[in-house]
Amino acid sequence: MRIAGKGLIDRTKPVTFTFDGKTYSGFQGDTLASALMANGVRLVGRSFKYHRPRGILTAGPEEPNAMVEVLDGGSQSPNTRATVQEIYDGMAAQSQNRWPSLRYDLLSINDLAAPFLSAGFYYKTFMWPRAFWEALYEPIIRRAAGLGRLKRQIETASYEKAFAFCDLLVIGSGPAGLMAALTAARAGADVILAEQDSLMGGRLLSDGGTLGAPWVEATLTELRALPNVRLMPRTTVVGAYDQGTYAALERVGLHRPAAPHLPRECFWRIVAGQAILATGALERPIAFENNDRPGIMLASAALSYLNRFGVVPGQKVTLFANNDNARHAARQLMAAGVQVAAILDSRADASAVEDCPVYLGAAVTDTKGRHGLTQISGTHAGGDFKIDTDCLLMSGGWNPLVNIACHQNARPTWREDIAAFVPQAGMVPGLHAAGSANGAFSTHAALREGADAAVMALDAMGRSAKAPDLPQAEDAPYRLQHLWAVPAKGRAWLDFANDVTVKDVKLAAQEGYTSVEHMKRYTTQGMAPDQGKNSNVSALAVLADATGRGIAETGTTTFRAPFTPVSIGAMGAGGQGAGFAPQRFMTSDQASRDRGAPMIEAGLWYRPSYFPKPGETTWRQSCDREVLMVRSSVGVADVSTLGKIDIQGPDAARFLDFVYTNTFSTLPVGRVRYGLMLREDGFVLDDGTTARLGENHYLMTTTTAAAGQVMRHLDFVHQAYCPTWQVRFISVTESWAQFAVAGPLAKMLLNALLDERIEDFPFMTHAEVSVEGVKARLFRISFSGEEGYEIAVPTAYGEALFRDLLAKAETLGGGAYGMEALNVMRIEKGFITHAEIHGRITAFDIGMAKMVASKKDCIGKAASQRPGLHGPEREQLVGLRPVTKTEIGAGAHLFNPADKVERVNDQGYVTSVCWSPVFESYLGLAFLKDGRARHGQRVRLVDHMRKTDVLCEVTDPVFLDPEGAKLRA
Amino acid sequence: MPNLIAKSALFGRAPLTLGGTTLAEAQLGPITSVAVFPGKLAKVKKALGGFPAPNTVAGKLIWTGPEQVFVLGDAPNLAGLAAVTDQSGGWAALRLSGPHAADALMRLYPLDLRAAHFPKDTCARAPLGHMQSILIAEEAGFLILIFRSMARTAWHEIETALQALTARAAAI
Repeated sequence: MRIAGKGLIDRTKPVTFTFDGKTYSGFQGDTLASALMANGVRLVGRSFKYHRPRGILTAGPEEPNAMVEVLDGGSQSPNTRATVQEIYDGMAAQSQNRWPSLRYDLLSINDLAAPFLSAGFYYKTFMWPRAFWEALYEPIIRRAAGLGRLKRQIETASYEKAFAFCDLLVIGSGPAGLMAALTAARAGADVILAEQDSLMGGRLLSDGGTLGAPWVEATLTELRALPNVRLMPRTTVVGAYDQGTYAALERVGLHRPAAPHLPRECFWRIVAGQAILATGALERPIAFENNDRPGIMLASAALSYLNRFGVVPGQKVTLFANNDNARHAARQLMAAGVQVAAILDSRADASAVEDCPVYLGAAVTDTKGRHGLTQISGTHAGGDFKIDTDCLLMSGGWNPLVNIACHQNARPTWREDIAAFVPQAGMVPGLHAAGSANGAFSTHAALREGADAAVMALDAMGRSAKAPDLPQAEDAPYRLQHLWAVPAKGRAWLDFANDVTVKDVKLAAQEGYTSVEHMKRYTTQGMAPDQGKNSNVSALAVLADATGRGIAETGTTTFRAPFTPVSIGAMGAGGQGAGFAPQRFMTSDQASRDRGAPMIEAGLWYRPSYFPKPGETTWRQSCDREVLMVRSSVGVADVSTLGKIDIQGPDAARFLDFVYTNTFSTLPVGRVRYGLMLREDGFVLDDGTTARLGENHYLMTTTTAAAGQVMRHLDFVHQAYCPTWQVRFISVTESWAQFAVAGPLAKMLLNALLDERIEDFPFMTHAEVSVEGVKARLFRISFSGEEGYEIAVPTAYGEALFRDLLAKAETLGGGAYGMEALNVMRIEKGFITHAEIHGRITAFDIGMAKMVASKKDCIGKAASQRPGLHGPEREQLVGLRPVTKTEIGAGAHLFNPADKVERVNDQGYVTSVCWSPVFESYLGLAFLKDGRARHGQRVRLVDHMRKTDVLCEVTDPVFLDPEGAKLRA
Repeated sequence: MPNLIAKSALFGRAPLTLGGTTLAEAQLGPITSVAVFPGKLAKVKKALGGFPAPNTVAGKLIWTGPEQVFVLGDAPNLAGLAAVTDQSGGWAALRLSGPHAADALMRLYPLDLRAAHFPKDTCARAPLGHMQSILIAEEAGFLILIFRSMARTAWHEIETALQALTARAAAI
């Protein structure tokens, strides 16, 4: 029911929305909860376990009951708190965890079975047979319990991530937060004021006190005008991390219809010099029998609905409280014309003077009304009572919102006078609590603490600030009596969200789960989306009582980030699909795609797999043709992805001798040498060729896969072991586009383009050349086994040179070849890649032990000589050729033909395979125990995944041209 | 004269303007890395006519690491004093200017890029999303040097940030 003249909603802007398919209207500024309340909707959800009908308990982000699914274009956001979700035109929401409908939910049968479903029931009941848990019991239980559903589709909506920096982060914009922000802002500090609500002002907008919206507006106007202040409404600070970093979630587009590119949420990382915790306090419910019916809510929530939204939760209201403060709700409702049937005060000595009946020493012991409260009953000092009422407000006192202060694992301290936990100074370095969050509950105290905290925070940063004059505000003392639970025969709810009752907590204690952390896990109290915001303190008070300990001694569970739920989509913003990692494109990319080449990912790079010709329908046809093309005429491949590192300095040669196993100081200028690099533990890190460009100038190449790793390794070696050496190096991978030109006609093709023809250009040499007027580097190296060259030009010319090479290669009957053909040719030639040097391989294993120079030391040399890293027990690189023309696959394992195929008999494994069009056979590279001594023998290749079992002949890994005649031609 | 056609990383891509903020590929010409050998800083400084302090730019000299600068243009003869390496083609340059420039980049860089904290002639080697880059504050905005092969991804990331900011501005 709306109350005329109340609320901060815009009554000139009606908003239409649907809930469970039915159309309702509200106003701009309404939350879904306030709009439903205004429309008389009381039943909004079903509870987690018992499927109890539930209504609205709170008016804020702590709401445990009123959770809905919001359908928004393609999205479906489950567990959306109706008390946070603002309505907008066309919004569609639906209730969750019910079937077939909210009103008639078949699974509410669980409620009748409640006597059997107490805490631990599942653990005890579904223990046997063991295998049934995962297969049968758990899926059924999961279906019955649970909250919102996901759409089970890939998220396509846009989210955002952002960074922000400030001197002072103020968390919360109530009286303490506003005053802190104002104090710091006037002192010239960079201030970020973050508020989870859509409007700034906190309780000043909802408690109906003397200091209200006008002062808030005046303060915000001043703050808005200051260039050093950033106001962030709808932004919840969700975690405190190291060095003053805070995580926050901003609702950017969730309160309005979806628009193109408008993020739904933004995940902020805010780095603050200092921070103020002004998150306020949450009122706590009282546990009594059937305290969970729709229509039973917190007293402060009713105040919010009245003052913020101009709506009241009932026609005939009652209040059950243990403190003075809660009476404001009754008084203000009466002033707004709502009938208050009674105030039930648990205290025997409280004032009985109000404009409605007041019962002292009172307790509510039961309630009635399946889908909404109709009656309450109980006792008071003068006897028993039964009152017809449609709305019962409860207040068990206040819990400061200490969560963020506890995110670095410090625990809050118990204050007996206010029966609450409060933060201690220094729990999070640089974070100062102020106001209700610090246990200072009056408005005046909050204003004062806010100003003081800001002065202190600025002082910590070496800046001075002056606390402004405080406006007049209420400063009533806070008086309360401890009251956590009214003794009950039936179920008295503590944790509404997870359906945990007083009995469950007592049962936990009885069964030995007396630690608060064990009680939590046994009962699931505090594990729901509200993370126990409404129930933690009450539950541990009940546990303390049941175990005969004090509350301080019992302690709290661990407070963890995030403070409120954060969508994974927001944290992973930008990472959907191709956004997961950068894409690297070669200069030849478009030319390859123009030729229909499918691209495959090699690390972050995209490389052409093969170049299909008309009539070729499978990759194998293209690949076989490309292999034979290179072996008979000429092929061109873009090899720019290989790492290239330019190394210079008088100590460059010494440095290379140190990082490579073999010697580079003896390499003549103009020559190229193959090098092997070890990790410090003696295993192979990478291989590649290095050219000596000048006396003190080398160019190292690495594999594509390990380019970054090698650069990092060189940096580490240089900085850690030889920082004084006269050597400098830098990556030039991106500076040069490099193309392999391989095949018997390679030289002919090059000479068609080079400005000066090459004649005698021996294997493993290089020279500076000029191609079509552009300076270039030419290397005679080969990864295919053919006469091979690599020509490098400055990257800008890469595409042009690639296209020109292809045009002329095609004239010669050659053309482009892709990764598949490249792979086949290197297997035919027995060249290794990271499929072989996968991290557990030594130089000995790949037959390169002699490359570890005996005359000098190098990184990894000592470690490589440890026992067990060489000898017949090692699996050594061999070639494999199936005896029959059967397909083989990498990953298969090898066994002696006479042995049983069992793990203990494993002789090795296959790393690379291909179909060789040259040998018309499958070929494989493998690591085989004592393999080099077993050439000519047979092994059994078993591939459990591909279901193959083939006899293979063990060979030398070099199948093609073992003398290297073609290579050196 | 070269007969080969040279193409920049984002050849043919028109500048993008969103919310008054413009993203465009910049042509910087030659870029030369100068990495000083130990003990030779004073001589290199003399030869270059200066040497920028860490995280700053001085004229054509961009600080890129301890005793290392990128020279926009060709470096003088520094034989025996520094490793001089041509980096020209390896970097794509993007220029971002306009009212959303800092906000857009503060969605991608974990840096405080507000003018007071990252003023003109400040530079940083910092990650743009997952990509390493060199970020330079200019008079009217930012210059971003990014590995040439990743230019398209960088463009896409910045474009996405600008789209979100523009959509936010329209939604108020």
